[in-house]
Amino acid sequence: MGILKLFLRNAFRHKLRTGLTILGITIAILAFGMLRTMVNAWYAGVEASSANRLVIRNAISLVFPLPLAYKDRIRQVSGVTLVSWGNWFGGVYIEEKNFFPNFAVEPRSFLALYPEYLIPDLQRATFLSDRKGAVVGRKTAERFGWKVGDTVTLKGTIFPGNWEFTIRGIYRGKDRSVDETQFFFHWEYLDETMKKTAPRRAGQVGYYMIGIANPNLAGEVSAAVDATFKNSLAETLTETEKAFQMGFVSMTEAILIAIQLVSVVIIVIIMAVVANTMAMTARERIGEYAVFKTLGFGGWFIAGLVFGESLFISLLGTAVGIGLTFPAAEAFADYLGAYFPIFFVETETILMGLAAGALVGVVAALFPTWRAVNIRIADGLRRIG
Amino acid sequence: MKVPVSYSIRNLWTRRLTTVLTAAGMALVVFVFAAILMLAEGLQKTLVDTGSWDNVVLIRKGSQSEVQSGIERLQASILETQPEVAVGEGGRRVFAKEVVVLISLPKRDTDKPSNVTIRGIGGQSLAMRPQVRLTEGRLPRPGSAEILAGQSVARRFAGAGIGETLRFGMRDWTVVGVFDAGSTGFSSEIWGDADQLMQTFRRQAYSSVIFKLSDPSAFDAFKARVESDPRLTVEAKRETRFYADQSEVMAKFLRILGTSLTIIFSLGAVIGAMITMYAAVANRTAEIGTLRALGFQRRSILGAFLVESLLLGLIGGAAGLFCASFLQLITISTLNFQTFSELAFSFTLSAEIVWQALLFSVVMGFVGGVLPALRASRMKIVDALRTT
Repeated sequence: MGILKLFLRNAFRHKLRTGLTILGITIAILAFGMLRTMVNAWYAGVEASSANRLVIRNAISLVFPLPLAYKDRIRQVSGVTLVSWGNWFGGVYIEEKNFFPNFAVEPRSFLALYPEYLIPDLQRATFLSDRKGAVVGRKTAERFGWKVGDTVTLKGTIFPGNWEFTIRGIYRGKDRSVDETQFFFHWEYLDETMKKTAPRRAGQVGYYMIGIANPNLAGEVSAAVDATFKNSLAETLTETEKAFQMGFVSMTEAILIAIQLVSVVIIVIIMAVVANTMAMTARERIGEYAVFKTLGFGGWFIAGLVFGESLFISLLGTAVGIGLTFPAAEAFADYLGAYFPIFFVETETILMGLAAGALVGVVAALFPTWRAVNIRIADGLRRIG
Repeated sequence: MKVPVSYSIRNLWTRRLTTVLTAAGMALVVFVFAAILMLAEGLQKTLVDTGSWDNVVLIRKGSQSEVQSGIERLQASILETQPEVAVGEGGRRVFAKEVVVLISLPKRDTDKPSNVTIRGIGGQSLAMRPQVRLTEGRLPRPGSAEILAGQSVARRFAGAGIGETLRFGMRDWTVVGVFDAGSTGFSSEIWGDADQLMQTFRRQAYSSVIFKLSDPSAFDAFKARVESDPRLTVEAKRETRFYADQSEVMAKFLRILGTSLTIIFSLGAVIGAMITMYAAVANRTAEIGTLRALGFQRRSILGAFLVESLLLGLIGGAAGLFCASFLQLITISTLNFQTFSELAFSFTLSAEIVWQALLFSVVMGFVGGVLPALRASRMKIVDALRTT
C-alpha cells in the first residue's frame, strides 16, 4: 500500500503540471474514441447486412435501371425464395440539408425481407393498403416531428415534381445497429406517376433485392442470376448485401484511412506531451533517486516508481476520457444524425482507448526510467536543479 | 532594458529533450492543420478550376447533378437558338449537348470497382474547355466506338489506358487518347461521342447542355428569361458556380472534420507547451530573481519568456509545415457524395496556407506561454532569490 501512496504523492507534487497532463490525455482519448466510433459508423451498413440477402443491379453502374420484367425470371432461379425491388428516390424534404435516405419499394416483399424493421401490425396493414402511404424510421420522424397520418411532400431530384405521401407507419430497429432514418413508400406510386409523366421511364427498377434459402450458396445463386441476363441490354451484377455495402465504403476509403491515421496521430501527440512531463519530473528528481540508491533501493524500485507514476497519470486521464466519450458520442449522434444514422461507442473502442492510454504511460516512462536507473549516485547527488 | 533574444534561444537549447518533445507535439498539430487546409484547397481548386466563368451549364430543374438530370432533344434545340450563345469559328455556335452517366470500373491496383463519369461530348465541347489538352494518342473519330480517358482515370482504372479497351453496353470501346485537364474534375472523366453513348445506354435525352456566352455579363438576364420560359424545365448556372456547388457537401465535410480535429489537437499541443513553459519558469526562479535584481523590468522578463514560447511554437510550426509540404506529391481519389462519382485531387499548398499555419503555430506558442510568462514576471525579487 505504501508504494501506491508514494505514486499518488509524487504524481500530485506539481498539481498544475499533472492536472494539465491529465487534461491533455483526457482530450486525446476522447478524440480517439470519437474518431474510432466514426470509423465504425462508416461500416454500419456493412455490419447491418444480412447473409440471406443479395442485391442485383445493372452491371454498368447503379444509375442504370433494370426492367421490371426481370422479376419473374429471377424468381425461377433455384435457391431464390423472395424477390423484392425498389428505386433510390433521392427526394428532398424542403431543403437539401434535411437529407435522409428515401426509397420506393415493393412493400410486401420488402417487409418480409427485412424482419429487423419493426412496425406495429395496424400501421403495417394501413401502409400496405394505401398506395400513397409511407413508412419512416423513428429518428427521422422525431427529427421533423412527423406523426402517423401526417402528409409529407418530397421534391424529386431524379424523378421530377413534388411528391405527396401520407405517413402510415413509423418503424423501429430490432437492435441499435439498424438504421432508423430511412423512408420507404410504394414503388407502384412511383411507377404509376412515371407512366403518366415520362412513360419511357416506367417499368424500370433501380435494383432487385432477393432473399435466398441458403447463405452458403450465395455465390452459385449470384452466378446463376447473372448468367440468365448475360448478353442482354441490361446485364446484371449480383452480390451479397454485405459486398454491395462494402462497395460504398471502399469508394470513400481515402477519407476512412485519413481518419484512422489521424486517430493514431493524436495518440502520438499526447505521447510527446506525457513523455515531456515525465522527462521533466525525472530530471527534477535525479537527486532523490540518488538518495534512494544510497539507501539501498535497487534500480528496479526506481524504475517502478517512474513507471507507476507515468501509468497512474495516463490511466487516470484515460478513464476520464472514456467516461466522457459516451455523452460526447450521444451529443454528436443528435447533432449529425443525418450523416451518421448509427453512432454508438462499441466495447472494442473502449478497449482500444484503454490500450492506447496504457501505451502512452509506458512509452512516456521509458527514457526517464533509463536515465534514473543509470545515473551514478555521486553524479545524482552533485546535480543541482 | 530588454533581455536579449539569445537568452531565450539558449534556454531552449539547454533543455533540448523537452524542447524537441514540445516542438514535435506542435509540429504534428500544425502538420494536421496544414494537411486539412491543403486537402480542402485541393478539392476546391479542382472543382473551381473545372469550370469557366463565361460558360453556362443547363440541367433539369430540381436535379442536383448532371447524372440525375435529363434534357429532352426539343428543349436542347430551343436552347441552342438562344441569342446569347456565342458564335465561333465558321459560324458554328459554341454549344454542346452532352450526356453524362456513371459506369463502374475496377481499379488497377485493388480491383475494387468505383464509379467513373463518362461524358458524351459534342463537336464544340473541347473548344469550350481550353484546360483540356490531349497528351497522348489522338481524338476519337465522331460516330465511332472510340473514347478519350482523363489522365487520372487512365492511370488508376483497369482498361482505361491508351490502346486498351473497355466493355460496357454490349460494345467494346477503344481508348485512343489520353487527355490532361490539369487539376480539374475532367481529369477524372472519360469522354466519348455523345450520340454513340446515348444509343448504347438507350437514352433519349441529353443530361446537360453547355454553351459559351457571347457577352459574359448577359448571364443574369439569360437565366431569368430561360427559367421562366414555359417550354423549358431547366436551371442555368455559370460553369464555375456549377462545379463549386458540386463540391459543397464534400468541402463542408472536410472543413467540419478538419476544424474540430484541429481544435482538439491544438488543445493537446497548447497543454504541452504550457507544461514546458511552467517548468522552464519554475526551474529558473532564482535566475529570474537575479535578472530582476540586475535591473531588468517585469515587462522585459514577460517578453523574454513569451519570446521563448513563441520560438517554440515557430520551430514546431516550421517543422510541421516542412513535413506537410511533401503531401503535395500525393493524389487522393475518393467518391464525391454529391455526384456519386470518383474524383481525384491532390493536396495543394498555397501561400495563404503557409501563412495561416505559421500564424496558428505562433498563436499556440503564445497561448501556451502567456500564463507561465505572467507568473515569471510577477515574482518578487526577494522570494525568487531565496529559493534554491
